[in-house]
Amino acid sequence: MNTALHLHFTMADWLQLTLHYLSLSLISLGGAIATAPDMHRYLVGEQHWLTDDQFTSSIAIAQAAPGPNILFVALMGWNIGLNAGTTATGLMAALLTIASMLLPSTIATYMATSWAHRNQHLRAVRAFKQGMAPVVVGLVLATGWILASTPDQPARDWPLWLITAITVVLVLKTRIHILWLLGAGALLGWFGLV
Amino acid sequence: MTTQASRPDIPETSTERPCPQSLSDLFISFTLLALQGFGGVMAVVQRELVERKRWLTREEFVEDWAVAQIMPGPNVVNLSLIIGGRYFGWRGALAAFAGMLTVPLVLILVIAVLYAPYAHEPHVVRILRAMGAVASGLIIATGIRLLGALHKNAVGLPLSLLLGGLCFVAVAVLHLPLVYPLFGLGIIACALAYRKLKP
Repeated sequence: MNTALHLHFTMADWLQLTLHYLSLSLISLGGAIATAPDMHRYLVGEQHWLTDDQFTSSIAIAQAAPGPNILFVALMGWNIGLNAGTTATGLMAALLTIASMLLPSTIATYMATSWAHRNQHLRAVRAFKQGMAPVVVGLVLATGWILASTPDQPARDWPLWLITAITVVLVLKTRIHILWLLGAGALLGWFGLV
Repeated sequence: MTTQASRPDIPETSTERPCPQSLSDLFISFTLLALQGFGGVMAVVQRELVERKRWLTREEFVEDWAVAQIMPGPNVVNLSLIIGGRYFGWRGALAAFAGMLTVPLVLILVIAVLYAPYAHEPHVVRILRAMGAVASGLIIATGIRLLGALHKNAVGLPLSLLLGGLCFVAVAVLHLPLVYPLFGLGIIACALAYRKLKP
């Protein structure tokens, strides 16, 4: 974890880092995590700007912490910045990477969706939204399924599956607030019941 | 507009609908949504914006989510742009976008600094695993809820369920990269919907 790298970053390196994220931004279809393998190839494998541990823990922390999972990009920037200098460099790199990752996709999405909103009565626009809906609902269920089956040893992991199943029932049958469920999960984990 | 007090279940076609009151309402609402989103924000958005605040109907949420999914960029960030932009144009999109990211970004950097020494502490590992199990339950429940939105779909319920089922199998069972079902099944589904919708 703490086998940090010591890098000497030139302006050209910063530029390359920025360009890497700018270019990933527009191909990040189907969720940010889908681009993680390419980041690993480039940042860890090719440039050696990040250690494997830093890469993995960036993703793990972002998934556990509140907020959009895309923030793992900022954590990778933060780690690269630390490897290249001080806390200030880390902060600067965190902002640089997350901004580069989000700027192109945000502009593209905003322009496309406001066009679609102005033309929402076009047959093609309505057909797109109506047609994609069932596919996307299938995708939501698949996402939940994949996350739930990540712990994959029945003998050890069945309590986790039980938690998932109970959560599904509680969300569908009651109006209980999501934070209570997450809090209950955290308590069960703390006391080692799962 | 109407107040945001919770009301009993009413048909989703009511004319007077709650909506965000201002840019700061958008910013704060999306900040709170983001801060409740452990292991993903989508389930929280569905629960809060559709079922509690009623800014969106279930059908609208599915449509917006479809667009958010198909555009480049993180889904929930795209969703914030779409919803914010609908009410207040680019300023609304910016307010919702900033709400979704600003506070969580600060928070995650703090967590990264504090968490590092405890990453391998067994208690911490167990807590994260249990919260992960809850988070996946939240997403599955959201998916089941959204199935209800397909009743009114132009393609018709049986075909909708078939398309959704195929997508589920492709991603969850066959582990195909997302782009194949999204675009492959998507094109078929859009063509079917296009034929059903009268010009």
